[in-house]
Amino acid sequence: MSKPYLRPYQKPQKLSDYPLGTASEAGYLVTKNSGWRNERPIITDACINCLQCYLYCPDGVIFKTEHGLDIDYDFCKGCGICEKICPKQAIKMEVE
Amino acid sequence: MTKAFLSGNDAFAEGVRLACPQVISIYPITPQTTVVERISEMVEDSSLKSELIHVESEHSALSCAIGASAMGARTFTATSSQGLLYMAECLQYASGGRFPIVMMNANRSTALPWNIYGDQRDSLSQLDCGWIQVYVEDAQESLDMALQSYHIAENPLVSTPVMVNLDGFVLTHTYETVEIPSQTDADRFLPPFQTENKMSLDNPKNLAFSVGPDNNMEFKYIQHKAMLDSRRVIEETDAKFAEIFGRSYGGLTQGYRIDDADYILITLGSITGLCREVVDELRERGEKVGLLKLRFIRPFPSDDLVAALESAKAIGVLEKDISFGYEGTVYTNVNSVIAKNGLRLETYNFIAGLGGRDISRENITTIFRHLQTGGQHVNFIGLGVTIDE
Repeated sequence: MSKPYLRPYQKPQKLSDYPLGTASEAGYLVTKNSGWRNERPIITDACINCLQCYLYCPDGVIFKTEHGLDIDYDFCKGCGICEKICPKQAIKMEVE
Repeated sequence: MTKAFLSGNDAFAEGVRLACPQVISIYPITPQTTVVERISEMVEDSSLKSELIHVESEHSALSCAIGASAMGARTFTATSSQGLLYMAECLQYASGGRFPIVMMNANRSTALPWNIYGDQRDSLSQLDCGWIQVYVEDAQESLDMALQSYHIAENPLVSTPVMVNLDGFVLTHTYETVEIPSQTDADRFLPPFQTENKMSLDNPKNLAFSVGPDNNMEFKYIQHKAMLDSRRVIEETDAKFAEIFGRSYGGLTQGYRIDDADYILITLGSITGLCREVVDELRERGEKVGLLKLRFIRPFPSDDLVAALESAKAIGVLEKDISFGYEGTVYTNVNSVIAKNGLRLETYNFIAGLGGRDISRENITTIFRHLQTGGQHVNFIGLGVTIDE
């Protein structure tokens, strides 16, 4: 499965850009979680594409690409589960 | 127009019938019960075509009204005291969601000690919940404000729920002659409810989403601004009401003999009538006293207060409330306006009527005496025993 499409979100510039109450068209993710992270996972060349990290990532931020796997750092919280689960130690945690 | 002999609750129910809410969710509690009984009878005999939902608690009553309002329906619910406190969580959902629900609250003491009689501690404890709060004086004003409240709440500039407060028993259960407007006039006054803030198959939306630190403060500022803007809408609504029905309440406050008054008593709710009589008595003796009825406390009528009080020597706030460890909350609010505007006058607080304690003509005369002679700032009126020092 590839990463779901996110609609581009423009932060409101003036008060009238905000909706009335809490009613607005769905499908926008307006908050990123990257600030929660102390360390970021890096997928190295040792990756054999076994997809264990893809299956275990609690936030679903690891996604398939044409060349293997990639990580959506906007929403990765740096928990490190991918590093622990990787059978080839192909994922390294790097301090932010 | 017809005339009828109605209690405050009955009169409010007649106002609700004229407003024709599509959904009414109710849970009974003394002294609100008779308003939901009357409305149930109206739905039963089809003189009110509304979906009446008997729910299992006050929390559900307001949640149900929120759900119905989110479908674009005009909604009504009513509560009192512990019931209001039980729906406290939902109060903020309704105001934050900008759902223009109208709710009647029968002002009643809160436990413990358990008590079913009237005071204003229930609603005043919820001043910060984002609802417009109005306090009415008599049965006619109850009916009229049921209609006016929808007109205010549903204005797109406002989109804020309104809580109409009736003093428990002394107003909810006291019978008076009341004029009931015709449905034709009521329809002329109150247009059908229309909003974009609703679920729709044609235009699907997320409702009640979360907003993090990035945007949350803007939502709260917008809510605050809508409440400030509602002051103008309240005045326009009162003017339109006067044009169609011939009755006006003066908007956010209503002064009585205040133009040249040195000593002004501020009241809210049903005690105003008796205070007005005492003002007349003292005026006959040549005393320059006056009265200011605080009709709305949210939004707070800051400008009206400054205009009414600026030439007074001393003012008093009579309220059925105590914020334990400080003073009456209305007094705190009034003092803030006086300080911000640099008015030079003495202010006194009179805490009375807690748990349904009677406020007598003599009590009110004593209060005006206190304004004239000065003394302690915060006073408990009508304590039955001496205070042990």
